[in-house]
Amino acid sequence: MLSINMTELAYLVAAILVILSLKGLSSPESARRGNMFGMLGMGIAVLVTLQMSGIENYTWILVAIATGGLIGGVAAKKVPMTDMPQMVAFMHSLVGLAAVCIAVSAFSNPIAYGIANADGMMHLASRIELFLGTFIGAITFTASLVAFGKLQGLLSGSPLTFKGQHFVNLVLGIIMIGAGIVFCVDQSATAFFLMLAVAMVLGVLLIVPIGGADMPVIVSMLNSYSGWAAAGIGFTLGNNMLIIAGALVGSSGAILSYIMCKAMNRSLFNVLLGGFGSDVSVTSGGAAIGERPVKAGSAEDAAFLLQNARSVVIIPGYGLAVARAQHALKELVEVLQAKGVKVRFGIHPVAGRMPGHMNVLLAEADVPYDIVEEMDEINPEFSDTDVALVIGANDVVNPAAKTDSSSPIYGMPILEATKAAHVLVVKRSLSVGYAGLDNDLFYMDKTMMIFDDAKKACEAMLHAIE
Amino acid sequence: MCNSGNCDFIAHAQAAGSDVNAVAATADPVVLSFTVFVLAIFVGYHVVWNVTPALHTPLMSVTNAISSIIIVGAIIASGPVEMNLATVLGLIAVGLASVNIFGGFMVTQRMLAMFKKRS
Repeated sequence: MLSINMTELAYLVAAILVILSLKGLSSPESARRGNMFGMLGMGIAVLVTLQMSGIENYTWILVAIATGGLIGGVAAKKVPMTDMPQMVAFMHSLVGLAAVCIAVSAFSNPIAYGIANADGMMHLASRIELFLGTFIGAITFTASLVAFGKLQGLLSGSPLTFKGQHFVNLVLGIIMIGAGIVFCVDQSATAFFLMLAVAMVLGVLLIVPIGGADMPVIVSMLNSYSGWAAAGIGFTLGNNMLIIAGALVGSSGAILSYIMCKAMNRSLFNVLLGGFGSDVSVTSGGAAIGERPVKAGSAEDAAFLLQNARSVVIIPGYGLAVARAQHALKELVEVLQAKGVKVRFGIHPVAGRMPGHMNVLLAEADVPYDIVEEMDEINPEFSDTDVALVIGANDVVNPAAKTDSSSPIYGMPILEATKAAHVLVVKRSLSVGYAGLDNDLFYMDKTMMIFDDAKKACEAMLHAIE
Repeated sequence: MCNSGNCDFIAHAQAAGSDVNAVAATADPVVLSFTVFVLAIFVGYHVVWNVTPALHTPLMSVTNAISSIIIVGAIIASGPVEMNLATVLGLIAVGLASVNIFGGFMVTQRMLAMFKKRS
């Protein structure tokens, strides 16, 4: 058995390995090795904990690890890449639930954790820490479960709002904090479980008013919460490993939330208030959709433009993944490259259902990552681009974000497809995007619309070129 | 060990029934934990801003696995052989965190293996 100092030092090694695993993600080459560091760090942390004094229940602990590990391993192998947001949301809820279990366990037997005097009364600091760890864990648990339900389609993705919603949330929040304070003062079990139950209800109510389009922000935010929950439990147990790892995850999720909000030009507060995307009326432009003239073309026309271009930038949106068109698109890219066309992808930060989702979907289809560019990298290139090919994307190429100060998306950073010499838009119909807005790009003289399913259109273009 | 000044302090602290059982020169463990916490947030902030946006999804899945470091707490909770509410809840937490650790790292590995350069 290691001494307490050796244990702490081993945790330090594990913490450094975990930091290196995040550092590795600065480029795809170093990321795989980084992930190995992460696994090694986690392994060290678990082994060190298993040899601590007072840990004797080995059989059951190993059974629990093996069972959980098997389920996690199978899920990791089976999950389709389009379902990653759900998987991540579900895993956040497990962290939240685990935090709640540990908190209730600590509450029911505080002496075993060394956080109470012999008479069972917890130290004041421990009570405060337990309060924080419990309510953050409980909110993470139920909120992530609702987010999972929305992403998986078990619950409606449209925002659920009712009158006085924010007032109800406020009252519940006050009750939760009030009960927490009572618990901190007298360690009352009633107050503890009331606080726990209200936190769980609050987790549900906080997410139901948020629409499907805002889920990337919510998943990032819950990522952050799951880290803070782990750190909260770390404070309760006085365990630095938990505190460090929790803080790393907490700040990571917070940064991702910030990046997502910025990419949608909305404040986190605005997202949390919810209800966005529920307004179906078209707010910009005088004429109703379908009354303005558009230039529609066939896949053959599009193929002609593409193969005679010097450079092409493809702007994929989530519609591409919904139509499962990635592989057909990748073949189209290869054929064009063989003809000497310079092809690149331009990715908007909110192109998928979670941060970086579109990059993973393209990587899965064997699109090399060095032709996939971020928005800031590709935007200066559009003026020198012959054809911008927009597939399954809408709001992220809407010029109203730059030109129309009355538009709800005004100020949102967009991919400047309008600057390309020609614009091809593959879309099933002229229906509006998530923001419920008409898109002037579709009506420009240099734009040709190909009204078809993304997969069929890609295959038809491929066929026409070959 | 105990010079007269320190002994006086401890005696006073105990007499006052204070929760602080530290020696005069040592900070409260909570304060030390808080120091570690704040420094770790700074490290996280700087490391995560360097993550390429193309890998934000693997970042989320790996941080998912990392936040399951909560298994350390779960193992401590389920440590005693005697089965009671506290240990059973601990074991459940061990299982839940294990789902995430294995699932998180493995799905991250699966995703990262997909990112290839032009051949």
